[in-house]
Amino acid sequence: MSKLADWLKTPGVLAAAPASVFLLVGFAGPLLMVLGYSFMPPRTFALNNVPTLENYYSVFSDSYYISFLWSLFLAALTVILLFPICYPIAYGMAKLFGKWANLVTALIAVPLLISENIRLFGWVLVLLKNGILDGTLQSVLGISASGFLYTVPSILLGLVYVYLPFMLFPMVIGISMIPDPLKEAAFDLGASRWQVFREIELPLAMPGILIGAILTFILAMGSLAESKILGGQAVVMIADDIESAFTFAQNWPKGSVLSVLLIALSGLIVFVLFRRIDLDQIIGRR
Amino acid sequence: MGESNNSFLELVGITKKFGDFTAVSEIDLAIKEGEFFTLVGPSGSGKTTMIRMLVGMDQPTSGDMRLNGELLNGVPANKRPTCMVFQSLALFPHKSVGENIEFSLKIAGMDPALRRTRANELLQQLRLPLDYYSKGVNQCSGGERQRIALARALAFDPKILFFDEPLSALDYRLRKTLEKELKDIHRETGKTFVYITHSLEEAMVMSDRIGIMRDGRIVQVGTPNEIYNHPRDKFVAQFMGEVNTIDVDDAGRNKVRSKADGAVYAVHKKPDGFKAGHLIIRPEIMKIGSVAAKLPNKLQGVVFNDYALGSRVQYQVRAAGGVHWLVERLQDEPFDGKLNDTVYLGWRPEDSILVKD
Repeated sequence: MSKLADWLKTPGVLAAAPASVFLLVGFAGPLLMVLGYSFMPPRTFALNNVPTLENYYSVFSDSYYISFLWSLFLAALTVILLFPICYPIAYGMAKLFGKWANLVTALIAVPLLISENIRLFGWVLVLLKNGILDGTLQSVLGISASGFLYTVPSILLGLVYVYLPFMLFPMVIGISMIPDPLKEAAFDLGASRWQVFREIELPLAMPGILIGAILTFILAMGSLAESKILGGQAVVMIADDIESAFTFAQNWPKGSVLSVLLIALSGLIVFVLFRRIDLDQIIGRR
Repeated sequence: MGESNNSFLELVGITKKFGDFTAVSEIDLAIKEGEFFTLVGPSGSGKTTMIRMLVGMDQPTSGDMRLNGELLNGVPANKRPTCMVFQSLALFPHKSVGENIEFSLKIAGMDPALRRTRANELLQQLRLPLDYYSKGVNQCSGGERQRIALARALAFDPKILFFDEPLSALDYRLRKTLEKELKDIHRETGKTFVYITHSLEEAMVMSDRIGIMRDGRIVQVGTPNEIYNHPRDKFVAQFMGEVNTIDVDDAGRNKVRSKADGAVYAVHKKPDGFKAGHLIIRPEIMKIGSVAAKLPNKLQGVVFNDYALGSRVQYQVRAAGGVHWLVERLQDEPFDGKLNDTVYLGWRPEDSILVKD
């Protein structure tokens, strides 16, 4: 027992204690409660009932898979669209902008200080019928863009806009970790710009790119505001269903099942990605 | 082998400016095919700028660069038939040893099996075990990494191989070994090597010819022996290593006078129009003790300290005018002096070098 007592007194354990307690109470606890509720009978609000798989049956026999697929599809598309948008900016910030990189960082980070919902409502004003975009196009070019709000592309626009920093900043770190002589050496050995990118830059920036992609994907999978504010009734994403189950339907166990499935699905995808791609090997620690 | 053996790589009036700063100024240089040419200079002398222009990573502000008579100006590094071993080596950490070596062949679209054969040949040539092919480059030692970088550059089959002081980060013994290995590889391949370093000692070991750079200019070009025995000025002489340098002025026919203590020394010959300058005498050529007393140029001083240099012993002798002389003798040469003794130092006039200011 004294071994355990000694271990508890090591500086590492002591230093980690506050964070560990916080994570247990604020992260692991609620997760376990959600897991527990998912096995409770429908429309109950206590955790001491006899566990049942009823909610899982009902979710699987219903059409919730459509919401899951929409979330998966939109999250994947967000990541795919963000890659070509962020890479040039990240490259510039890491290698080209010099002292201006701080300004660009600030410009991209400052909107994060404003609530996501408020920013999305700003986009509603832009995309609205007779709004900023529509009105400008009508008066300047005589064409109408009134049909854009409340469509899938407008949801995608919102997702790409909101999650851009989460893709961008890890990517900047990934690219800035590549020593310039490596690119010069590849170039000197006859590689074209494209070959330098394919053979050197991309693989070496991959840890940053992957972390950004996974972060963005997970956040977009669980996103709610974009589809509700910019999408209207166009699409129901899975987070939308979870919210309805917990609020309108007052069916916590069903909401918990959907949450558990969302977490499991996201977790599985991240797990597979991290298994397949060995970050240590990519950055040459092995 | 090309027919124009005298100027394989020819530089005429090469100048590089960064804003107001002139890093490299009006350099004319001809490098012969197959030679091992080393540019030596202290940091800030412009040698890195030079090699970056030679490789094609920077373009000169003015001047022409020709390889085998063809103008190189404006040709980017990836279109030049030359290649460089980087100071940091710049090995690709995400690729294996073999993939690193094969890189240029893969870029050129060579068949994977042929590539592998060539990589194995190079592993052998550089005395690396064949099973290193699939090893990670970061698992290799410093010396092995040097050889991998060299193999990768040789795989490219460059017309000229450039080196940006790749050995500078290594410990002394490994550096000495690799210097010789590099010279051997030069003989084996017969390629033109252009090397830059801040160490003249390193340059002496390996080079056929050496160019000394200072403040963006080449101050002297010659074989290691020419540079050693006939340094053009005080800078080159002191760059060679420890030398005794005395400020002197003219004291008549074949004589100079030390500015420190007024002593007059005989010299073998004087540069035309000599008024004032520096008399340079190498420590290993000076004599100490009773043998020195019989030499034409001699002085007396007190032995302040001695330093063991392996086969030789070096003495610091303090003489009139506050001059600290360095003298060396071979271990088996007789000398009966000890610390604090007053001894004779001497040298023959033909063993000293007189340079103008």
